Amino acid sequence: MSDDPHHGPPSVGAVAVKRILRSLYVACAVLVLLDFTYEKHGHYTWEAWPGFHAGYGFVSCVLLVILATQLRKVVRRDEDYYDRD
Amino acid sequence: MIELVAAIAAKFPPGLLLLLGALLIPLLKGRARAAYMLALPVVGLVMTWLIPAGTLITVEMFDYSLILTRVDKLSRIFGIIFHIAALLSVIYSLHIKDTVQQVAALMYAGSGVAAVFVGDLVSLFVFWEATAITSVFLIWARRTERAYATGMRYLLIQVGSGVLLLAGTIIHYRATGSLAFGTEAQPVGLFAFDDIADASPGIVLIFLSFGIKAAFPLLHNWLQDAYPEATITGTVWLSAFTTKLAIYALARGFAGTDLLIPIGAAMTAFPIFYAVIENDLRRVLAYSLNNQLGFMVVGIGIGTELALNGTAGHAFAHIIYKGLLFMSMGAVLLRAGTIKGSELGGLWRRMPYTTVFCVIGAAAISAFPLFSGFVTKSMILTAAAEGHHTIVFAVLLFASAGLFHHSKIPYFAFFAHDSGKKVEEAPTNMLIAMGAAAFLCVAIGIYPAPLYELLPFDMEKLGWTPYDMTHVVTMSQLLFSSALAFVFLQKTGLYPAELRSTNVDSEWIYRRGGKRLVLVLGHFVGGWYRIGRAAAGRALMQVVDRVGRLHSPATSLLGEPWAISEATLLVAAMLIAFLLLAFF
Repeated sequence: MSDDPHHGPPSVGAVAVKRILRSLYVACAVLVLLDFTYEKHGHYTWEAWPGFHAGYGFVSCVLLVILATQLRKVVRRDEDYYDRD
Repeated sequence: MIELVAAIAAKFPPGLLLLLGALLIPLLKGRARAAYMLALPVVGLVMTWLIPAGTLITVEMFDYSLILTRVDKLSRIFGIIFHIAALLSVIYSLHIKDTVQQVAALMYAGSGVAAVFVGDLVSLFVFWEATAITSVFLIWARRTERAYATGMRYLLIQVGSGVLLLAGTIIHYRATGSLAFGTEAQPVGLFAFDDIADASPGIVLIFLSFGIKAAFPLLHNWLQDAYPEATITGTVWLSAFTTKLAIYALARGFAGTDLLIPIGAAMTAFPIFYAVIENDLRRVLAYSLNNQLGFMVVGIGIGTELALNGTAGHAFAHIIYKGLLFMSMGAVLLRAGTIKGSELGGLWRRMPYTTVFCVIGAAAISAFPLFSGFVTKSMILTAAAEGHHTIVFAVLLFASAGLFHHSKIPYFAFFAHDSGKKVEEAPTNMLIAMGAAAFLCVAIGIYPAPLYELLPFDMEKLGWTPYDMTHVVTMSQLLFSSALAFVFLQKTGLYPAELRSTNVDSEWIYRRGGKRLVLVLGHFVGGWYRIGRAAAGRALMQVVDRVGRLHSPATSLLGEPWAISEATLLVAAMLIAFLLLAFF
């Protein structure tokens, strides 16, 4: 019932987590490398830059979370905010 | 046989079967009731599938002709998915014994189906309001004070949307003499406008009415307010019909209206910020629902054949995976007794099937290749790029990447830290419904051809395919790098923890600001009322006082006792005076 943040290690099992993370890193690398093997067709030139979408996705998410954390400072109220008069 | 069913289907407005059939539910008990409730959407689905195209049922009422049934591919695909959603939701709610919910839910589904097949604004208004009135019972069925208040707010806004639609219809009719909602010549985009300043007032009101139900930015918050407060099964029902009816109505009426493109883009982006920090996982889903509607609204705004196919297809896929996600969170709420991310975690060991189904739903909503969201959303993305809506395209990409944060749903519920909750797996009927929905998410993703057949415009002529190298690799890059960012943010502690909180959104305007305004106004008016009442009281007392003094025996002539003879004389004198006056 505390307000503690939960940043502890996931309970799936450290080994499995490590394996999943390693697959994720490999998948990301492979996907970026794939960009050099075929002709990318986009409507904009920047879409054809190798690895563009990977970079865009990463930056988007980090930005999203950082901005959302700032938003929380503005909009966060107690859980019973609307129940009080 | 098929011809016979088609002939019968052509005689009955679709939706009426569910709408009226629901009324018989209280007469049945036990297994018979369950079988009946399962049969209704199945029969409805078959009839909707087979009903011939064209204007089928017209009713003359006063001087107006109301079109109760007009079938084309756009209405048919919505009719079909509404029946599928109703069937899945019935299976999911089979363990519920609450007759009010059962009747309301099927009538709600029926109203939604009926609304997508009407051909005039008055009939649309009737079923538009019917969805509002029937669905509120799914919120009230929780039977708590909080749910009652939420339901009231929901009802006010939904009925308000209907009132705007009616007002718009009347003004539009006075201006044009037409009630048509789509014609044979122009089936979609009849009300489309270039500039809202030049649009006629009736059209603007109708646009606003649709915008409320479609949860446009700032008009959206009834959704995040109401859906998480409904019953476990009620939310699953709610997620399918109301907003998608609005998407259908926007597509039918306003396809090609440029204003919808920025509105939709804003809808895709802003809710995901709230989704990141929201703790109630069903409310997180309500925010992501809002984001998904944004993609559909952009598609309607672009209005090309590919874009409209994208919108219709995405609505179809979305109803299934969104229902699935709400179902899985409903199962968690049922078993764990809470849906707060801060109190959940580690449930995967005890709810393995629910976990797998939820992960499939999350993959589908994230538009992972091989899942349903991918084969529909990429149509809208391509259409945005083809229309050279560069900024909008960039926003949609951002929202697509950010959508991976819906991995947050399975992550905080089933993985993350172990909450130590000793829960059971979901009931069998819930698992069957989730399993069927998960199957459809994968099936549509792997083999989209049958869905493409249902789309309003011929896909072969458009020559578009989701599975080419660029689409698959770029989307995968976007999502995998987004997952990488999620890991990075978790490891660095930048990812905001799940905290017990209320995050205020536009509902603050009426739940706090409006309330305060009313209180201040009330105080103001009350103050003046008190001052006025006191002053009036004093004035009245003065009058009473003076009259009293005039009549008091001690102080005045009138107060003294008179003899009867004197009084009679006085009256006689007055009568004579009147008589004389009358002569002159």
